[in-house]
Amino acid sequence: MQFYRSHVLICAGTPCILKGCGAVRDAFITELKNQGLEEEVRVVETGCLGPCDLGPVIVIYPEGTLYEKVKISDVPKIVDEHLLKGRIVRDLISEGSIPGIIPYKEPVYFGIQERIVLRNCGIIDPSSIEEYIARDGYQALAKCLTEMKPSEVIEIVKQSGLVGRGGAAFPTGLKWSFTANTKDDQKYMICNADEGEPGTFKDRLILEGDPHSIIEAMTIAGYAVGATRGFVYIRGEYGLSIDRINQGIQQAESMGLLGDNIFGSGFSFKLEVKKGAGAYVCGEETALIESMEGNRGEPRVKPPYPGTHGFLGKPTVVNNVETLANVPQIILNGADWYRGYGTPKCPGTKVFTMTGDINNKGLIEVPMGITLREIIYEIGGGIPEGREFKMAQTGGTSGGCLSGEMLDVPMDYFTLPEKGSALGSGALLIMDDSHCIVDIAESFMRFFVRESCGKCAPCRVGTVRLHEIVKKVACGDGTYEDLEILEDLGRTMRETSLCGLGQSAPVPIMTMLRYFKDEFMAHIEEKRCPSETCKL
Amino acid sequence: MALVTLTIDGKETQVEEGTSILEAAKTVGIEIPSLCYLKDINETGKCRVCVVEVEKSNTLMASCVTPVANGMVVGTNTERVRSARRTVLELILSNHRTDCLTCEKNGDCKLQDYAYEYGLEELRFPSDRVLPELDDTNPFFIRDLSKCILCGRCISVCSDIQGQDAIALIGRGFDTKVAPAWDKPLEESPCVFCGNCVQVCPVGALTPKYSVGKGRFWEIEKVETTCPYCGTGCLLDLHVKNGKVVGASGADGPVNEGWTCVKGRFGLDFIHHPDRLTVPLIREGDGFKEASWDEALELVASKLGGLVSEHGSDSVAFFSSAKCTNEVSYLMQKLARAAVGTNNVDHCARLCHSSTVAGLATSFGSGAMTNSIHEIADAKAVFIIGSNTTENHPVIGIQVKEAVRRGAKLIVADPRDIELAQKAHIHMKHLPGTDVALLNGMMNVIIEKDLHDKEFIETRTENFEAFKECVSKYTPEYVSEITGVPAELIVEAAVAYATADTASLIYSMGITQHSTGTDNVLSTANIAMLTGNLGKESVGVNPLRGQNNVQGACDMGALPVFFPGYQSVTNPDIRSKFEKAWGRELPSEPGLTVTEAINVAYEGDLKGLYIIGENPMVSDPDINHVEAALKNLDFLVVQDIFLTETAELADVVLPSACFAEQSGTFTSTERRVQLVRKAIEPPGEARSDWEIICDISTRLGYPMNYSSSGEILDEIASLTPIYGGITSRRLDSKGLQWPCPTEDHPGTPYLHKGKFSRGLGLFSAIDYIPAAELPDEEYPLILTTGRILYHFHTGSMTRRTEGLHAHRPEAFIEIRPDTAEDLGIVDGEMVQVSSRRGKVEVRAKVTSWPAPGVVFMPFHFAEAAANILTNPALDPKAKIPEFKVCAVRIDRLPLEAAL
Repeated sequence: MQFYRSHVLICAGTPCILKGCGAVRDAFITELKNQGLEEEVRVVETGCLGPCDLGPVIVIYPEGTLYEKVKISDVPKIVDEHLLKGRIVRDLISEGSIPGIIPYKEPVYFGIQERIVLRNCGIIDPSSIEEYIARDGYQALAKCLTEMKPSEVIEIVKQSGLVGRGGAAFPTGLKWSFTANTKDDQKYMICNADEGEPGTFKDRLILEGDPHSIIEAMTIAGYAVGATRGFVYIRGEYGLSIDRINQGIQQAESMGLLGDNIFGSGFSFKLEVKKGAGAYVCGEETALIESMEGNRGEPRVKPPYPGTHGFLGKPTVVNNVETLANVPQIILNGADWYRGYGTPKCPGTKVFTMTGDINNKGLIEVPMGITLREIIYEIGGGIPEGREFKMAQTGGTSGGCLSGEMLDVPMDYFTLPEKGSALGSGALLIMDDSHCIVDIAESFMRFFVRESCGKCAPCRVGTVRLHEIVKKVACGDGTYEDLEILEDLGRTMRETSLCGLGQSAPVPIMTMLRYFKDEFMAHIEEKRCPSETCKL
Repeated sequence: MALVTLTIDGKETQVEEGTSILEAAKTVGIEIPSLCYLKDINETGKCRVCVVEVEKSNTLMASCVTPVANGMVVGTNTERVRSARRTVLELILSNHRTDCLTCEKNGDCKLQDYAYEYGLEELRFPSDRVLPELDDTNPFFIRDLSKCILCGRCISVCSDIQGQDAIALIGRGFDTKVAPAWDKPLEESPCVFCGNCVQVCPVGALTPKYSVGKGRFWEIEKVETTCPYCGTGCLLDLHVKNGKVVGASGADGPVNEGWTCVKGRFGLDFIHHPDRLTVPLIREGDGFKEASWDEALELVASKLGGLVSEHGSDSVAFFSSAKCTNEVSYLMQKLARAAVGTNNVDHCARLCHSSTVAGLATSFGSGAMTNSIHEIADAKAVFIIGSNTTENHPVIGIQVKEAVRRGAKLIVADPRDIELAQKAHIHMKHLPGTDVALLNGMMNVIIEKDLHDKEFIETRTENFEAFKECVSKYTPEYVSEITGVPAELIVEAAVAYATADTASLIYSMGITQHSTGTDNVLSTANIAMLTGNLGKESVGVNPLRGQNNVQGACDMGALPVFFPGYQSVTNPDIRSKFEKAWGRELPSEPGLTVTEAINVAYEGDLKGLYIIGENPMVSDPDINHVEAALKNLDFLVVQDIFLTETAELADVVLPSACFAEQSGTFTSTERRVQLVRKAIEPPGEARSDWEIICDISTRLGYPMNYSSSGEILDEIASLTPIYGGITSRRLDSKGLQWPCPTEDHPGTPYLHKGKFSRGLGLFSAIDYIPAAELPDEEYPLILTTGRILYHFHTGSMTRRTEGLHAHRPEAFIEIRPDTAEDLGIVDGEMVQVSSRRGKVEVRAKVTSWPAPGVVFMPFHFAEAAANILTNPALDPKAKIPEFKVCAVRIDRLPLEAAL
């Protein structure tokens, strides 16, 4: 293995790709060659670094200097100054130019974060299994296969308190034990990477930045439950994730870390990718399985649950990407270590994707129980242009909409539901006071009208009726009775819909009616929008 | 199974583990409302109307799909539940065209019932969305998607019962709809118009076309009876209003369990067709004059009586019908034997399954389907040879598809790519007329591979060695040359059939209608015996009988050699039993078969013929010959419901009641005797067949006096051991399967348990004999004939049915693309088909269905009658003609004629 004195890590997460990091990479390679540095400095594409708004982003090691919004024209200067002469190019690190953004090594943006899931993202070259291994990769798998019984693996995961990070927060160890305890000649392990929640892109960036952590975790899960085949169900738009996982599978197979008789343990595990076709509902695990079987993407009735009757009717574990990414670290460091993060009831960290009216948009990983205020004002750098915070939607489009009085609520899987919202997938949509709540409600409902699969009546018809009524209110034609109908309809959908989609579709409206009823009333009674921004 | 205790609305109940809450509620008398639920068929939890409150659960639970749990506390009618149900129903109604005043489903609509129950007077969800347009493009039923509630019942039935997968959900969310693939018309989909979807639709989205405007649900009386079409024996509910049949639906019969095919459901409007015969007709010159019953019957009696006294009893013959009841066939043969003194009585089974009766009686001692229809679904392998089951016995086709769903291997031997061949694991596309070779080839493989059931052969059969010697030369390679089937496919099929735990062999007229028909049947018996597939459930040799009562007409002795119950006329003890019962001396010489009678008439030795419900002018081979024979008779009486092609040649035509207008029994192909119930009065002066026969017999000096058809059935039971326990007092909706010797006997689902009817099963050494007429330079193609789904037999009923006729109005000939190309024929053009016996013009249908060198025609269409072409060569034992193989040529017509 060759050693280099410096590494140029180029963030190759999709946002940076869209902003032209490929050209920046090529420029570095050319410039280094011109300067005769190609044997000394290595250019590496890494997974997402997090501050997606600042791309293309690069980090130069060993100094750990973060350059933002790098242009091709900046490259000769960085190579000449920083890499050849060892002088940091101060005017390219935007120090102080954007409020809240500070050079890489300084603590606020990353300091408050705890990186378990994202520990390798932005650090290693995701296309290199060697780099993953160098960061303790596949040690957890080796430990499981050579030192632990499947039941012991499940026990550690249970003890750790890890719950599903896709949104439902079901205890992962318990889920595994259902499948482990079901006798069958064939079981399956599925990684749910059909990340469809608007505003959520954490799974994509984990897959892009650290694919081997998922491959390793799935193999561990397979061993724990007795599954010999695994599938990563990735939405078809995630081209890079698909490539990275496929490449990772090949690498792991060629090194004997995946496939037949792994570590000579007698345990075999085969892994392949299935591409999703873009239906939101296919993120629901039974709809995902239907889709994998080649059927219409519609949820199944539960019970039976996939743990006992899943893919092709066989016992199947379905875990979210982020959930799995925790697993190797839990195995290596133990349940107590994991419980050291987050809250006693809800241990560990959570990856959030921040979007909307916030200065630092992007990917962060923080301990469970952090408050909304800390995320928005400390990590997120506050609301741009000096505007006021108005609303945060947690958990994606199907999550609740919280007002300013909720800023100090701990963000975890058990507290938010008490406030009518949910942590969900970790999407955080921040809105300032320039937006009309009713307008936003209308756009959310439009989303559900489009994404309802049509299987059950309350969701199929209910989403349309909710949308029609909200639209009526938004246009100034609403009545007080309409709000009562919205409440009744929302309650019925929550109580009677077949799957999570229909059950949570009314959540944004219901929380908006709870926290922002005044705005609805203004639209109805005064035919006026308090924010003065909607069409009314 | 473990029992689970739970509380529903305060009532404790115990049910089996896995039971749904909805089913559990029924045990305490609580009916939970649901729009989509159909037990075992559609348990999808889609409509959400059945939600209930379960203690400790956050959301309401769909009771139709939620299994019970110990200690569960359920509320089915709490305010929370009712409120949710009300809103869900309101949502459904908000997207449903509510034209209840004129809706066909008014009064029989679950949505309407619940809207009433939940007081949904005004809806809170006005919408300006446009509802879908009505689709009435198919001739059978109307699809009104503006009323569809997407419950999915129709899809489940289409996929999981009918196995057709013609419809599915397309679109997403609110735009979801039920439609064929790519939203094409149903007629371009695999839909077979069975209408089972119509039957399960809980609302007015699917309604039968011919019932529209003919009666309200509450005005209609349902009369359960047996379907008049094929031999499956489906029970139907006739919908009757003011003496008219205005519709039909499947009744819960032991075979059909509520399902029907397109003919049973949509093919009954012939009952009220204006062509129905309503008065007796007497020939006058080239036409007929209307006559009184007295006049007509007197003429029949005097003419027939005169011929008998002048030329002897055997100068007249009687054709009973496989469409008529057992009682009618019984009286017909009694009329022939006792009143007239001849055994010249036969019926159209001669043309379809006489070789079955001859063959299976030889091998097993009993010439009927050995097993029951419902057993097919549990067979581990199903071997179909010479039966287009899904078209000719559609409801049995359902059982075959169910078997495949349950994991059975499906092996099909057929010269065409019929639906089941396409769905088969192994399809042997053998040439028509090579069945013996094919079966011998399979048996050769079974013996070579040592897969035969030695214990069964040893203990249950005889003559195995001679048989084994015979098949030894039929190696797969040799057989492949004869049949055109690749040798390895023959091996694969043989192994699949022989290694299945239970293998059911099904055949039909592809086996029987050959000059080697009896040999073919004996070969099917051989292969079943060779593998021990007899005498237990889900195995057997299962001939599917074509007509609704062809089994019964045979059972009743409408055959020239048998009294009822296959009791031989040549056996003096038997004869004396009947002489005693009937009070007449009875003839001992076997009489003429249908096919022989035609020939004897042609030669002039048969003088008089009385035909009930048969149409040899379309159904028999070489129609030109038949016509000459019938015209050569001194006196022809035809008793029918329509003026058929045969009736047009009659001297007297007697109008009879159809199946809906008389009582009696039919015996289905699985030997099940079932009730036919009179639902309406016959039109005009038409009368029950049995009453007409009684009158004629009485006028011939042999009085027959029965007060009801039940009385006739009881006489049959007293004289027919296999029907001994089948009495009018006992028969109900379940029917009874013969043998049923005594009134306390439950009937016999499968034959030959432990012992064959003849003692030991007899292996027959059968060599392959080619068909009587093979293609040559002049007539280079093999024509094989058969039926299609939408028509029945000679078309006298189905072609007078609006929907069926509109859907398939004309004949066609299936020609392979290679043949068509050689002849320069394009799809859809009219061509001339000729054989040594005649020629017809018919439309070409270019398709890869037939085997190389083979063409196919259905025989239903008198104007392009396949039977003008067919070869009357007879099987020497059963006298069945070779409908399935003859040599033809196809010529293009001059341009103007072809267009």
